[in-house]
Amino acid sequence: MIIGERKPIPEILTMLGASKKVLVLGCGTCVTVCLSGGDQEAQEMAALLRIKGYDTKSLTVERQCELEFINPLRESIQSVDTVVSLACGIGVQALSDLYFEKNIFPGLNTTFMGMPVKQGYWEERCLGCGNCIVHLFGGTCPITRCAKSLLNGPCGGSKEGKCEVKPDRDCAWQLIYDRLKKLNHLDWLLSIQPPIDWSTSRYGGQRKMTREDIWL
Amino acid sequence: MAMSWLKQVLHSGHFAVTAEVGPPKGTDTQVIKKKCDMLRGYVDAVNITDNQTAIVRMSSFASCLIVRNQGIEPVMQMVTRDRNRIALQSDFLGACGLGISNILCLSGDHQSLGNHPQSKNVYDIDSIQLLQIFKNMRDQKIFQNGEEVKGEINVFLGAGESPYADPLEFRALRLAKKIAAGAEFIQTQAIFDVDIFNRWMEEVRHLGLHKKSYILAGVIPVKSAKALQYMKNEVPGVVIPDKLIRRMETATDQKSEGIEVCIETIQKVAKIEGVSGVHIMAIAWESIVPEIVQRSGLLPRPVKGESTSS
Repeated sequence: MIIGERKPIPEILTMLGASKKVLVLGCGTCVTVCLSGGDQEAQEMAALLRIKGYDTKSLTVERQCELEFINPLRESIQSVDTVVSLACGIGVQALSDLYFEKNIFPGLNTTFMGMPVKQGYWEERCLGCGNCIVHLFGGTCPITRCAKSLLNGPCGGSKEGKCEVKPDRDCAWQLIYDRLKKLNHLDWLLSIQPPIDWSTSRYGGQRKMTREDIWL
Repeated sequence: MAMSWLKQVLHSGHFAVTAEVGPPKGTDTQVIKKKCDMLRGYVDAVNITDNQTAIVRMSSFASCLIVRNQGIEPVMQMVTRDRNRIALQSDFLGACGLGISNILCLSGDHQSLGNHPQSKNVYDIDSIQLLQIFKNMRDQKIFQNGEEVKGEINVFLGAGESPYADPLEFRALRLAKKIAAGAEFIQTQAIFDVDIFNRWMEEVRHLGLHKKSYILAGVIPVKSAKALQYMKNEVPGVVIPDKLIRRMETATDQKSEGIEVCIETIQKVAKIEGVSGVHIMAIAWESIVPEIVQRSGLLPRPVKGESTSS
């Protein structure tokens, strides 16, 4: 899922500036599951902004990243001057495209694609490089989880299974080694992985996907 | 284009000695020249670090040219942290064209540990891929994309390796990858625990890697027990036995004890089969290198023009 973290309130207040009527808009998918931008968080933020003197209401839609869910919001959005979106950056941009004339502000920082590893703890898992080779590494993505994105790791900074860059984080290469050892595939690590073709990643420019077979 | 002197020294069977010079955090080239004056005649080549510990310094490339003009052969360190394959290959062409004859390929210290932790890293490729790219540019005359490289390239390629990082049982196998990728010489992480190094060298010999590449054992002279303790706590990939820290703590003159420890380490590793030289990383203490080299019995160094057979 996409993980987001609520921005500090002072930052949100600075963005709001002279706004008067504010809609706090939650999103019912990823950010609900990671407890940052769902209906409950939208209500809480609306209450907080009311205390700060804004005429505020809150609403939550299933997914802010899909037009069919944000199209019906026209009336609610027309009645305010500003929307604080608690969706990820995709939702904020979808609203901005659709409601061209309104202030749409991000209430979250979109942090990463990851998962809850345990209660109240989320970790990054995927960079979306566009050419998945995670199977070669025993199911641990070194591009995402090694601080240096080494394909021929580990570097000299792996200590007791932890990464020198962030000592509370597992060394991806220790995880790769352990799993491939278990699977009896350590020989996979002996061949040199060639340089990545980053053209499928964000570095090739903004990406798109087309499926002409389902075009209307 | 001249063949690497370091390669000639190693090839002729001499026990090689290299040192390290960190470029200045500024424009004063005299800093490098002074360090060269200290080292000339005591080492076969000098590594020039590439923004080591991710702290901005004069570029390795520029510093290498200064060192070479001082009559010392540089080993140009190149890290993949700050440059993509375009910039790395471009600098490689420039370095080869200007006669830099040794290049050490590294991934580099992560920028979050340095003095610009807000910067974006590159890591387009890793150190093993860098070795392979440079080897192919030299031997196959092709860029990473397969296009033709024009001109002569005569460069001695090296890599770093830590015998101490986890998983320990994979370190020698990973060294084999580096050598397969193109590493002709290896400079190791600093050795304080000779026993672990010995076990690693056993595996290296078992894999026959000492015959495919020259292994130079890294050492660091340490000025105090405090500095040693700091390295133990803060520098990953370095293992420091507690008894060594105790020895430094109880010494009446810690500085001279540090020199003593370094010389002992050199003498111990020199006896290990498959070790072809020593790399002395006297960080901010280059002036001590001559004494260490001399007292370790590594003088005189071979001289160009004279017979290099040992």
